[in-house]
Amino acid sequence: MNDDRQPPTTWHALKPPESRPNRRFMLKAAVGSGAVLLAGGPSATQAAKALLDEYKPVYFSGAEWAFVRAACARLIPSGGDGPGAIEAQVPVFIDRQMAGDFGKGSDWFMGGPHDPNADPQRGFQSPLAPAQIYREAIAAVDGWCTLNKGKPFAVLDEAAQDEVLKTLQAGQLGLRAELRDFFTFLLQNTKEGFLADPMYGGNHQMVGWKHIGFPGARGAYLEWANDQGKPYPLGPVAISGERG
Amino acid sequence: MARQEKKTDAVIVGLGWTGSILAMELAEAGLQVLALERGEDRDTVPDFAYPRMIDELKYGIRLKLMNRPADSTLTIRRSLQETALPYRVLGSFLPGNGVGGAGVHWNGHTWRALPEELRLRSYVTEKFGAKVIGPDLTIADWGVTYDELEPYFDRFEYVCGISGQAGNLGGQTQAGGNPFEGPRKRAYPLPPLPTLLNGKMFGDAAKAMGYHPFPLPSANLSDTWTNEYGMQLGPCNFCGFCERFGCINYSKSAPQTCILGALKHKPNFSYRTRAEVIRVELSADRKTATGVTYVDDQGEEVFQPADLVILAAYQFYNVHLLLLSGIGKPYVAETGEGVVGKNYAYQMSGGTSLFFKNVNFNPFVGAGSSAMVIDDFSMNQVDFGREGFIGGSYISSGQFNGRPIASMPLPPGTPAWGAGWKQGIKDWYGHSMSIGSHGSNMSCRDCYLDLDPTYRNKYGQPKLRMTFDWKPNDIRMTQFMRSKIEAIARSMNPTHWASGYKGEGAHYDVRPYQTTHNVGGAIMGTDPTQSAVNRYLQSWDVHNVFVMGSSAFPQNLQYNPTGTVGALAYWSARAIRQDYLKNPRPLA
Repeated sequence: MNDDRQPPTTWHALKPPESRPNRRFMLKAAVGSGAVLLAGGPSATQAAKALLDEYKPVYFSGAEWAFVRAACARLIPSGGDGPGAIEAQVPVFIDRQMAGDFGKGSDWFMGGPHDPNADPQRGFQSPLAPAQIYREAIAAVDGWCTLNKGKPFAVLDEAAQDEVLKTLQAGQLGLRAELRDFFTFLLQNTKEGFLADPMYGGNHQMVGWKHIGFPGARGAYLEWANDQGKPYPLGPVAISGERG
Repeated sequence: MARQEKKTDAVIVGLGWTGSILAMELAEAGLQVLALERGEDRDTVPDFAYPRMIDELKYGIRLKLMNRPADSTLTIRRSLQETALPYRVLGSFLPGNGVGGAGVHWNGHTWRALPEELRLRSYVTEKFGAKVIGPDLTIADWGVTYDELEPYFDRFEYVCGISGQAGNLGGQTQAGGNPFEGPRKRAYPLPPLPTLLNGKMFGDAAKAMGYHPFPLPSANLSDTWTNEYGMQLGPCNFCGFCERFGCINYSKSAPQTCILGALKHKPNFSYRTRAEVIRVELSADRKTATGVTYVDDQGEEVFQPADLVILAAYQFYNVHLLLLSGIGKPYVAETGEGVVGKNYAYQMSGGTSLFFKNVNFNPFVGAGSSAMVIDDFSMNQVDFGREGFIGGSYISSGQFNGRPIASMPLPPGTPAWGAGWKQGIKDWYGHSMSIGSHGSNMSCRDCYLDLDPTYRNKYGQPKLRMTFDWKPNDIRMTQFMRSKIEAIARSMNPTHWASGYKGEGAHYDVRPYQTTHNVGGAIMGTDPTQSAVNRYLQSWDVHNVFVMGSSAFPQNLQYNPTGTVGALAYWSARAIRQDYLKNPRPLA
């Protein structure tokens, strides 16, 4: 058994003061939510970029980090209605995932022989764990961009970046078979970083959950089961107890 | 030389649902019972406690309660000609691991097999003629009837506190229940869960078309319940973290909440975790087992002598242990001879998503089994002769969770990324519901399990190999269900809708999650040349080995298997207690 577990917190501690929302609670929730980043618009994006600038990646090198930041910013862009991957600090999430079980493929069967050219329906068959796939694929994509567009991915303009990502998604960038799952991982991890609990480094201030109206880790809705159809009025809570 | 432990009366391999049931039954019979579980120990507190369990990434996406392929997995091929490749990353199915097994992280759909499903070959032959059964279909009768199993279905439902509405009480049809189910002697222990908005909308539409909607029988409890062992459960709070998660709330029937708390108090029961059984050991004449060999948490091989061996691991691993131990004749697809590994089957499902711009479904308000169902196209309702397939499905609309990473259906044409995706998730999260079919899968001559010639596990043993693909019979079945579901969907007038059903020529894709209702490989029956275990789940060849679980299913049901798995476990336990222990011998 683990001795370092925190004592369980009862869910009652995080329940709203009354089962039905009241105006006072909703007002408090609104005032308490992140002031700068949630305001949206260019200033929020600048503040989010500044936060990312302060972050020291634990896995990615400088060039890799620049690629991941730029790619995430196109996969969930900052423009339009609501926050993007930058506001949610998704690159931080991905960097931490690379250094953990996911990046290392710790839970996966990685033994040989491998047939990376197998029909994709037969599942992941690369000998490389995800973190290594990111490393080699980023180098390959940057190499392709430099050869074909004159500069690495991160410094291309947005339209050119989108074009590269579409080519990559279509499997037409010439990546070797061992790397063919790279785009699938990148897109999946970006969405995870937008919508997972904030303790993993993304979904900063629960911006992803607020964008769609997911109440996070509340975990108790019995009183709503018989009262469907109305919009749910409460903001999210995180596993840490942070409220949005 | 393996270390040898002190002999026990009964050793149980795996401490999930069936292991817990058999351990309780045999301990009550006075035997010294030892369970060996390869995974870790787990209990509601601390392992499933709030708030840490409410973590979609860790448990829903990274699957931290499941069996890790790094520890054990199998290989898969889709035809006799293909070279099998390892199932390296969990996708299509998610075998459980650890104390409680998959009983920890199931959704709790608790069905009984239909009477017709348990004698399927006879039913089809009598009603439609033998020629309806294609030459490659190896479907069979189970060797046990619904009437024989009824008390054991009932027992399991009352141990669990299942919440539902009976449809057939002693032959009398009950309003609001499933009129097509087999007769039950008494009602469910608890009333159904509240019906959510999607269920009401689906139920109304189905009723308007002349169908018979009813609430899905649920192991997420609608009220408090105390079972025969004194275990107490509470009402489900619709947290929306059920399948893939342990219950934070003592509201989901599981080995922990229904049996283990009481079992652990029995002085003649003990269990060891991180103890992975790698072989059943046989006597010189190979007619009885002498015990099992397992590898302990230090990597040391241990021989555990026992008079009675109960295989209660996940379906694949029961079959794997039989093959590794030389119990029963391995099945050979080319000749159709042999029995162990025969009739692996899966399940065929499909679904239609409906999007309603102005309806708030609040999808995070969900229970694992909150659904409305129709069984108007079940195995005992479809005319197999007319439709050209053997099979059936229940059709349902459930709202189990709104976990946003995995549960984000978007209207057709929504981009997978970029500004369009971002707008799409804002516009459509919480504005969709689904109608799905959950259907049978007929066993086939070339769908089976054997030992892989190339890949080995960490103990140097051959991995299990699955040979499986979708067949025309089952694709015709799912296309039939599609036509029925889309008619209901259209009648509901959604803003958008989109369907996903397997079509002609579809092959098995191991990547997307489909179902963890893997069955067969150690099938039950009345003929030792056609089945691996007899009607009491006893090995035909080694009489003190009993094999629990869905490995006994000769083909797959149209339903979730746990209710039938639980009933078979109690049925087998009764035969062991009342008959076998007095005079150990082949019971059939």
